[in-house]
Amino acid sequence: MHALYISLISEFYKSRKTLAFWAAILLPVIICGLISFGFYSDAEKIIANHYPPMILWAHYSGAALGVMGFLIMPFYVIFMAFSVNNIEHKNDTWKMLFAQPLNKFSIYAAKYLYAVLLIFICLFLFATLTYAFGHLLQALVPKFNFNQYNPLNILVNSYAKLFLSSLGILSLQFILSLLWSDFLKPMGIGFVGTIMGIITANVGWKYAYLIPYSLPALSLKLTRIKKGGDPLDFPVFTQEIWISLIYAVILFIIGYFIVTKKSIK
Amino acid sequence: MGNYAIETVGLNFNFGNQAIVKDLSLQVPKGSIYGFLGPNGAGKTTTIKILLNLLKSPSDQVFIFGKEINSNRIATLKRIGALVEQPAIYGHLTGKENLVNRCILLGIKKSKADEMLSLVGLAEAANKKANKYSLGMKQRLGIAQALISDPELLLLDEPTNGLDPNGIIEVRNLMIDLATKHQKTILVSSHLLAEIERTATHVGIINKGQLLFQGTINELHLLSKPVLEIEVDKIESASSLLTKSGYEIMAKTDRIITIPFTSSQKSGELNTLLIQNGFTVSSLYQQRKDLENLFLDITKTN
Repeated sequence: MHALYISLISEFYKSRKTLAFWAAILLPVIICGLISFGFYSDAEKIIANHYPPMILWAHYSGAALGVMGFLIMPFYVIFMAFSVNNIEHKNDTWKMLFAQPLNKFSIYAAKYLYAVLLIFICLFLFATLTYAFGHLLQALVPKFNFNQYNPLNILVNSYAKLFLSSLGILSLQFILSLLWSDFLKPMGIGFVGTIMGIITANVGWKYAYLIPYSLPALSLKLTRIKKGGDPLDFPVFTQEIWISLIYAVILFIIGYFIVTKKSIK
Repeated sequence: MGNYAIETVGLNFNFGNQAIVKDLSLQVPKGSIYGFLGPNGAGKTTTIKILLNLLKSPSDQVFIFGKEINSNRIATLKRIGALVEQPAIYGHLTGKENLVNRCILLGIKKSKADEMLSLVGLAEAANKKANKYSLGMKQRLGIAQALISDPELLLLDEPTNGLDPNGIIEVRNLMIDLATKHQKTILVSSHLLAEIERTATHVGIINKGQLLFQGTINELHLLSKPVLEIEVDKIESASSLLTKSGYEIMAKTDRIITIPFTSSQKSGELNTLLIQNGFTVSSLYQQRKDLENLFLDITKTN
């Protein structure tokens, strides 16, 4: 346990000056900032639509969630899986890492957990900033009716789903990035997978849920359909989430066996 | 077994079908500086990686401080500091941050980082990014990383690679210091015998994965037999005379005949023989084959 902890601290220490780490913070700040700016500058037009407060929140948060779920999230996950492994490939430091008196599982698990943590931070900031900027918009433009509805539950549930549904992709990409030191192979496979995921999720292919890349989109799709009814009444742990978690666990274990067998040439 | 820091017993290692290390039995005594010599591609780095458990050895073939490596991986690695091939350095971190990261992983005080930087003469470059370091500076940082945990056993793979003459001397002195004053055991690999000769107490020579020689540096010296070089005119007839008189000719150029040296008296008799037969001997001297050539011979014959 101690080995896992120090490995995790070391992961943070190594990456704190890299783009991979800052992306987790900058991405939500920039996207939420842009959407809020859009709402601010188009305030008159939006207010003229006379949305009920819940629908206003849905439009506002949906702007970020939609982009995230379909496009940015899978690529962000692919990039994270790549960058935590690439830091060792690029510097040729795998041999040093595995020559430390730490068990191999801790080193591997710490890397994986760190990637999970970065994704969590990113999505947590998305939810928090959506909420905070919504209220900021309300303060700047008092004619909005953001203050008449509390979106916290729906935000937390949606982002929790997005987070859990992306773990399958993470584990898969993690293995690819562990095996290959170059950027193109994991990126290329991830790109093709993501496109496939988007298409299969959109056309509603009945086995789409078996492709890890389509799970974030699928999980959000269900969220949206149910918004017509009681928006708080959607379960977090749906089929997609379970599939994603199953993928994540199985691939995480396979990854560990790859690490133990990996010869450091 | 108790006296060896490293002992391998008939170690074999293959990459696929290709045998990299064959029946290797290293014996590195505690407190020694063991020069691990061999040409490029002889299996030195592979052996060092096996000693670090980066490459998995068959069980009961590798013992570090008497303990089998596969079943005592973590306990063993705690006692080893290593520099393998190129130093493993994060280019986007400064020299100091690289060492601090190592302190985090080893659970030791971060103040050790500064101490190590001054030891290897990088104190001034401590806050410079490591990818801006010269090859020699990287090598020093790699040595600092190997030393930071104050290990009992150091594995240094070509540590003077890329260093200038001053740097080479510093590393050499540092190794002697560590072994004599701090009782460390050092295994240092090199493809240059001259470098090992000045520091090592023990030598192992490896070629094509096989250990060709192992022993103290003095035992290695004993292997190099002295020869007699004779500079003489009319070289062809001189050599046929010598052959007829029962001397063994080892080598012959257009000026010099080389035969094994036996004693000064024999050399004098040979000189007399040549002169009495009308040859002009311009010089006649005893030559000890230097270790470099010996090393080449040892690795060539196999």
